[in-house]
Amino acid sequence: MVSPNTPESTSGAVPSSSAPRAIHDVVIRLAGNSQDGIQSVGGFLARLAGRSDQDVMTYMTIPSTISGGPSIFQVRMGTGDILSSGDRADMLVAFYQHSYDAHIGSLRPGGVLLYDSDHVTPVEGDNRFTQVAVPITSGTVEAVGGAGKDKGKNIYILGLIARVFDLDVQKLAALIKERFGGKNEDIVRNAMLAFDGGYAWPQNNLRDLFYRFEAIDLATRASGRPQVTMDGNQALAYGLLAAGVRHGAGYPITPWSSIMETLRTELPKYGGLFVQCEDEIAAISTAIGFSYTGHLAITGSAGPGLSLKMEALGWATMAEMPLIVVNVQRGGPSTGMPTNVEQSDLMQAIYGSHGDTPRVVLSPKNVEDCFYIAIEACRIARTYSTPVIILSDMALASRIEAFDEPDFPKLMVDPKADLSDRGADFKPYPLDAITRHAPAGSKIASGKYPTVTGLEHDELGHPTGSSKLHTQMTAKRREKIKKLGASLPSPELNGDSAGEVLLVTWGSTWGPGLEALKRINTAGVKAGHLHLRHIHPLPNGLEEIFKRYHKIVVAEINDEGLYGYGQLAMMLRARYANPAIVSVAKTDGLTFKVSEIVAGVAKHIESADLDASLGVSRQSALAKN
Amino acid sequence: MSSTVLATPPAPAGAPLTKKILTADHPTWCPGCGDFAVLASFYRVLEKLQYPHEKIVTFAGIGCSSRFPYFVNTHGGHYIHGRALPFAAGISLGNEDLHVFVFGGDGDGFSIGGNHLVHTARKNVNLTYVIMDNSVYGLTKKQTSPTSPIGFKTKTDPTGAIDQPINPMRTLLNTGATFVARSHATQVNHMTEMMLRAAKHPGFSVVEILSECVEFYAGAFDSSIPRKGGTWSLIAEKKNDGTPEDADRHDVTDEVAAFKLAGQAWPGSFGVFYENNVRKTKNVLEAELVTKARERTKNATDLQLLQATFAKMR
Repeated sequence: MVSPNTPESTSGAVPSSSAPRAIHDVVIRLAGNSQDGIQSVGGFLARLAGRSDQDVMTYMTIPSTISGGPSIFQVRMGTGDILSSGDRADMLVAFYQHSYDAHIGSLRPGGVLLYDSDHVTPVEGDNRFTQVAVPITSGTVEAVGGAGKDKGKNIYILGLIARVFDLDVQKLAALIKERFGGKNEDIVRNAMLAFDGGYAWPQNNLRDLFYRFEAIDLATRASGRPQVTMDGNQALAYGLLAAGVRHGAGYPITPWSSIMETLRTELPKYGGLFVQCEDEIAAISTAIGFSYTGHLAITGSAGPGLSLKMEALGWATMAEMPLIVVNVQRGGPSTGMPTNVEQSDLMQAIYGSHGDTPRVVLSPKNVEDCFYIAIEACRIARTYSTPVIILSDMALASRIEAFDEPDFPKLMVDPKADLSDRGADFKPYPLDAITRHAPAGSKIASGKYPTVTGLEHDELGHPTGSSKLHTQMTAKRREKIKKLGASLPSPELNGDSAGEVLLVTWGSTWGPGLEALKRINTAGVKAGHLHLRHIHPLPNGLEEIFKRYHKIVVAEINDEGLYGYGQLAMMLRARYANPAIVSVAKTDGLTFKVSEIVAGVAKHIESADLDASLGVSRQSALAKN
Repeated sequence: MSSTVLATPPAPAGAPLTKKILTADHPTWCPGCGDFAVLASFYRVLEKLQYPHEKIVTFAGIGCSSRFPYFVNTHGGHYIHGRALPFAAGISLGNEDLHVFVFGGDGDGFSIGGNHLVHTARKNVNLTYVIMDNSVYGLTKKQTSPTSPIGFKTKTDPTGAIDQPINPMRTLLNTGATFVARSHATQVNHMTEMMLRAAKHPGFSVVEILSECVEFYAGAFDSSIPRKGGTWSLIAEKKNDGTPEDADRHDVTDEVAAFKLAGQAWPGSFGVFYENNVRKTKNVLEAELVTKARERTKNATDLQLLQATFAKMR
């Protein structure tokens, strides 16, 4: 965003004259209390961006307290790829003094502060920012009229933002009507009054804080399908529906709950059902029960709930049951930071449970990918008759992005259970083939019915104490997962195909990672970015890719642990025995800022160019280390 | 995925299910174990019911009694300790055509799986649960169980159990189960009748069967075995025949009367304590949700539903 150059614009009625300036994108942070409806302003902006073919990404925090409390919503919208929610805000809207105090540090120097002059007294003479006093509370009361309440402040600010950024008022008005249209007409009318009040304010009060997004090159939007906006949990739930999942079971826990809420509401329409169980163990058990009847089922939770599910997950590996398990990660261990993001359940996902339990772990890279990873997980679970864990996280779960509507006719999977007759030679656990269960209800021609079991078993599912069979069956369970690994396409590689450094990311760190690559490349460093969606098993070919770079820097949101490596870094080092693999890890409960990744990379490589672009000397970078 | 070419001709349709067909692995139980009689009764129950073979599911958790599914030639499974009920709920709700039988012991049902017993019962999931109660942990070789009486000496209570045991019948009635009965492994005809009625009951039916562990708790249930000097006290159910003696008989729909029976001094009575055929099953309630939702969506296809949902998110 172009810096506004007028330091003072709060004075009286100055008619606006300057033409709006073109910007590529903007980061707006709204800071208030959760009951003020700032989430819905963010939602309106995100959906408007989606409908305008713009890219958008949001970021929000919700207090883990039960009713209200400080809350923010950050929206980054613009033209072209938006990969992260933005390191720092270009514009901060502060509703209260505490909002100002807590978030002024997130505003970049030269940015615009809009504060509610009825509640906030900013530091006088702070000329780092353009400070604009807006009577948000009294302006709203005046605009809505008579009610004497400030309900609608959020919509007032939405109107103001619409004017400043020259947003499409028709589309916004339509969104407001859709949102409130189900309620009585007064609510829509009051909302529009507040909107108009906010929209009118800048005309006479702001001199040249007017912007317009660069024109969109529609050729880059080739799918021909309109954009939709939703959060990652919604995308994941709908991905499961497209993939033919009609059964599931769960237990409430933040930030997983909204997936089960969506499925509980949606599934009956599709002839399916979702059971809210008495606990996490019952939830995974019921889900495996569904899978046993031939309906690939889903259960999910956050890390603590996954811990409880582990014994059952071990059974599902032993009995070779297809199952989808979602873990929407949050800060741990224990109750930890339940409304913050972390990627610290990777080892749990891969190695949790007891015994040797080879299973599949996938992780979506953004909101759109939550939809597609669900489909991929279901494909794998069915093909390899195995539990598949999807590692999402709090950031993906709660942020809203716009993406092209999926090509549903091509994606839909038939949910019908295969209860066809099985031949007399049917074996549930053949040593020379991947297990294909005969769901309960299907006839077996031999008249000998199979048992699914957690005991080590022979090919027919009968218990065995044979050490030879245990070795053979352990190999059978391992080999099918290796077979999957061998079939996986090479992962996404961006930037230089060889060079100084390869940045490796997984999960929601994809966006900031890719943006960091651009900065690193711009600084003249030959670098690539590799992103892993399939985390276990790893796709083939990584060894060769890694060899082409001097350093492989793995960025992830978890602790560096006792040995100085984050969880994926640790696993890659163990797998490839490559000492060039190093780690950038952090545990502040927040998504990576692009600058944090760039600084992390700089610590690991010798590059004067990168240091210069970061504005730090090698000396100081090392000092921080 | 399916095999259409059959290696051997299938059994002729309608061939009756016999004990011979239903027999699978030889039981691993100790000679004299009460569980053999439960298994024999279950074969008789299936012979009487004549359900389609492929639609019967025999399922269990962990424990001596939970080995049951290996000995019955039906679809089935052997799950983890205490969690057989929620798994079985998934089976029952996943395919309405199946007849689901769950077997387990007192540790599985009343200890590690106690929470699941309560919730599967209150939801009235359509399945039959048979608890083979021997008042001891047998598979792990004699530790105290939730139904071990005070004073019973085990490896974990060498000077005798000190904790108040569970009253199984009171516990089962409290869960909200819609069919609750009690039987004894020495009474094969009675067991068969109880399991048969439980199987026919629409909803969550549970039968507790006292089944002696000859190895670790011999003689536990002698007080209800007449040939060992005990008393076999059968519940006389109300016949509603207007006779004066009928007034004293037990009304199985009377929950309070059922609780009174459950409070009797050991060894108590045997038979049906409670039966409620009015409450809807979870299976029915979920099906009603689907029906209503399908009406609202005018039977739209899955594709149409998803497209309509996404259109709203533009």
